[in-house]
Amino acid sequence: MYIVVVGAGKVGWNLARELIGKGNEVTLIESDRARYQVVEEELEHAVHYGDGSELWVLERAGIARADMVIAVTGDDEDNILICQVAREKYGVERVISRCNNPRNLQHFELLGVKPAVSATDLILRLIEHEVPKYGFLHLLDLPQERLEIIEIEVAEGSPAAGSQVQELGLPDGSLVISILRDGTGFVPLADSVIEAGDEVLLVLDTGLEQKIMERFRPPVEVS
Amino acid sequence: MFVLIVGCGRVGSAIARAMLAEGHEVSVIDEDPEALALLESGYTDTWEDQGGMFTVGTALEIDALIEAGIERADAFVASTDGDNTNLVIAQIAQRRFNIPRVVVRVLDPARAAWYAEQGLSTVSPTQKAIEMLELAVRENA
Repeated sequence: MYIVVVGAGKVGWNLARELIGKGNEVTLIESDRARYQVVEEELEHAVHYGDGSELWVLERAGIARADMVIAVTGDDEDNILICQVAREKYGVERVISRCNNPRNLQHFELLGVKPAVSATDLILRLIEHEVPKYGFLHLLDLPQERLEIIEIEVAEGSPAAGSQVQELGLPDGSLVISILRDGTGFVPLADSVIEAGDEVLLVLDTGLEQKIMERFRPPVEVS
Repeated sequence: MFVLIVGCGRVGSAIARAMLAEGHEVSVIDEDPEALALLESGYTDTWEDQGGMFTVGTALEIDALIEAGIERADAFVASTDGDNTNLVIAQIAQRRFNIPRVVVRVLDPARAAWYAEQGLSTVSPTQKAIEMLELAVRENA
């Protein structure tokens, strides 16, 4: 594959090195002269000096024949613009962008720049996986479809423990799709009984997490 | 007409003052609170006393744009010092807030031309300067 990477910061430089190591042809574009010179000592002709949001710089890098463009500068507007131009002007089929400020993800989405990768979001996602106090794991997010699949552990004394699936009183827009017990999983029926310690997989409309969690947590003790 | 101007440098502030003087409602956003001085220089009244609005914020901050009144803007001017910033917020103004009149300052003639083809109303001061200088050279030859 021929890949153009814009931005030779830590992310861009390491990415370029890895992609070259995997046998791809890569051009890395960097606009800071001093940084360019440092990177050029290692990557030589694979790195170009210039502002990667300038059309002639992208053209000099051969963007028209690129299979993929990756924009990883420290500036979200630049990344959006580079990806937009790559796809819409030069017909590059695959673009990947870095989103520095997760609040800007909505702008990437609005302008059709996807996927946009946000380190902050990735770390938050990992925290959700690693820290059990949140009570559930996000297994899959489908933001476009506004759906997600989560896994919840059934706590001792919670309303769900000992209930049949049909008695759970889950809100509309949610469905139990699987129960994991003693290392195996099964797709439950309406009268399957949920036990404390089970892990339950649910598909749900985004935003229903809190309502659903109430069914799987013990009632809050009033002190 | 309610005009929202993002970027209050020499260009943005001059447009803001002209529009306000003509009797339009004008709201200005800039990330630098000191930019207000450009709107007020030469006047004894403050910008707000003259009826203008000023919000401190960066162009991509939706909260700042909303506070500045983007939801009821009839016209939007993107005049920060960053071409890419201007092109991105202009598209946000157009697509998300459906503002009928959106104008964008883009220094780079190449980007200005391509985005104009995509339906954005771009103005390239560099392109204008090229044309005028070229004309001046020919006239003097």
